[in-house]
Amino acid sequence: MSEKKKTEQTPILKIEHMNITFTQYDRGMRQTELPVIRNLDVEVHAGEMVAVVGSSGSGKSLLAHGVMGVLPYNASMGGRILYCGEELTKQRIERLRGNEIVLVPQSIAYLNPLMKIGSQICKGSKDEKVKRKLRDIFARYSLKPEVEELYPFELSGGMNRRILISTALIEEPKLVIADEPTPGLDLKMAKRAMEHFRELADMGAGVLVITHDLELALETADRIAVFYAGTTLEEATVSDFEREETLRHPYSKALWRAMPKNGFGFVSGEQPYVKDLPGGCPFAPRCGRCTEECRKGEIPSREIRGGRVRCLHLEESFAE
Amino acid sequence: MDRRIPVLIGKNIVRAMLLVFAVSIVTFWLMKASPMDPLQTNVGQAALGSMSREQIEKLEEYWGVNTPPAEQYLSWAKDFVRGDMGTSLLYRQPVAKVIGAKLANSLFLMIFAWLVSGLLGFVLGVIAGMNRGKWIDKLIKGYCLVISSTPAFWLALLLLMIFGVGLRWFPIGLSVPIGVEAGGVTFLDRVYHAVLPALTLSITGVSNIALHTREKMIDICGSDYMLFARMRGETGWRLFKNYGFRNVLLPAITLHFAAISEIFGGSVLVEQVFSYPGLGQAAVAAGLGSDMPLLMAVTIVSALFVFGGNMIANILYGVVDPRIRRGGASK
Repeated sequence: MSEKKKTEQTPILKIEHMNITFTQYDRGMRQTELPVIRNLDVEVHAGEMVAVVGSSGSGKSLLAHGVMGVLPYNASMGGRILYCGEELTKQRIERLRGNEIVLVPQSIAYLNPLMKIGSQICKGSKDEKVKRKLRDIFARYSLKPEVEELYPFELSGGMNRRILISTALIEEPKLVIADEPTPGLDLKMAKRAMEHFRELADMGAGVLVITHDLELALETADRIAVFYAGTTLEEATVSDFEREETLRHPYSKALWRAMPKNGFGFVSGEQPYVKDLPGGCPFAPRCGRCTEECRKGEIPSREIRGGRVRCLHLEESFAE
Repeated sequence: MDRRIPVLIGKNIVRAMLLVFAVSIVTFWLMKASPMDPLQTNVGQAALGSMSREQIEKLEEYWGVNTPPAEQYLSWAKDFVRGDMGTSLLYRQPVAKVIGAKLANSLFLMIFAWLVSGLLGFVLGVIAGMNRGKWIDKLIKGYCLVISSTPAFWLALLLLMIFGVGLRWFPIGLSVPIGVEAGGVTFLDRVYHAVLPALTLSITGVSNIALHTREKMIDICGSDYMLFARMRGETGWRLFKNYGFRNVLLPAITLHFAAISEIFGGSVLVEQVFSYPGLGQAAVAAGLGSDMPLLMAVTIVSALFVFGGNMIANILYGVVDPRIRRGGASK
């Protein structure tokens, strides 16, 4: 492999064994540790859109906060985050966030209620170049120039998404993290929102979308990371989701069966709460192929057919 | 033209009139309900004993002892509506003149205390809130808690003892130097005499404002928009100026104007300790001396001050907060 090829393949973002633990005070002064994210791996390449898909309460949003370096004081993070091949240290993210690495928040509740949209997107900059760029972005998203003078509470529902994404476009982002971009939107709007992020990827940025909506993610993303109870169980390409057989983990297969077009399949039980997570595979209590080994220790991540999976029973599932 | 503003003004005038009416009735009733005999308190038991029947009757007429309360109130109200607040029984001068003189003294004190406590309280509250849990926050919070549990008059006595009696930096009381002609009193003399009472009022006023602002600042620091601003690389002064300051300013304005009533209340006690001839002291003198016209006027003026403070806060809110200014206009 030539040196050039190698740099091209260096992922923009590579998260290895990320874990985030909250320290809480239980009754009285007893401290408890809450491992909200236990083992998260994901990779995003330039020009690629990766969706981290998980149900609510799986700790997805914390992933974004962890990467951006804004975890609350009682949270601690372990594992490795590599940005363009180099460790993303606290100092480095503080320098890069807001220009090379941007986050698009869930809703306009993340905008300052007392600052006009225009100057808010430009972060108060009076620079003519920035302002021209803002006008271009508005034109691109067919937002009227008057919107610049509005306050967040005056925005209509249809504008919100485009405004939020404008905060990313005003920078020169290499990595865009979108935190739950679709809740509360009807299908058409949600699709539009996802397409906006697809465009960012097509423009060359790496896009990491955190979402609970597998169907939408499948329509727009390149790869899917299946996230369950604080752990990424599988990383697969979108095409792997066309058939159940090409998927690797029993939970991904269950997700596939649960999709409306595949018959609303149902697995009993519920996602365990972080406080009473089982040892070993978090899906073990609900899994049909679970054995004794699945409940002991950490399940290693293995690369199989261009994807990755944490499961001990791969051979058997291939035999299906 | 926009019809909202005249309507707003009209509404507030009606409210103010109702307030004055209610306050005057309550004050009058409380005064009548007090067991104090105006003759005994103002003339004295011994003097009364040595007086002739006619003299006592004259005094009773002067203090209105035998006039029925309803008649008394109505005759006062009739004059008040025409702008005549009557004559102070104690000072034997028109009430308007007495109030004018006292208010001029108090106003300086109160404005000073109001500005200092507002500004200092805001700054301390913001610093504490931004540095929640750090030593500076603990220091400010501790100071505020100690101060807010300290009675104003006690603090006044303390300052008086230290700076007035002990160190002799400031005079021990009054608003002008003793033994100087009224014409010879300079502005600096007045300021010099007002320092200690104003300081007392400021110190006690700070804690309330600082603690409220701190609480609000903590809310703002934990808000989603602050988090997002940080994720966009905003830090330090810019983060505070564009995100923290704007949002904490609104509640601070309301708080500051609502604090007028507290400064007013505090001034009564503080003026008493420093024998400072202000409105607060006049209120105490009128109350203890059964000077009905003066007390009614002092109460009404105070009520109007507090009313005015709250009204200004309301109006400013509409001017400063775009959600109210624009949100209201679009309806």
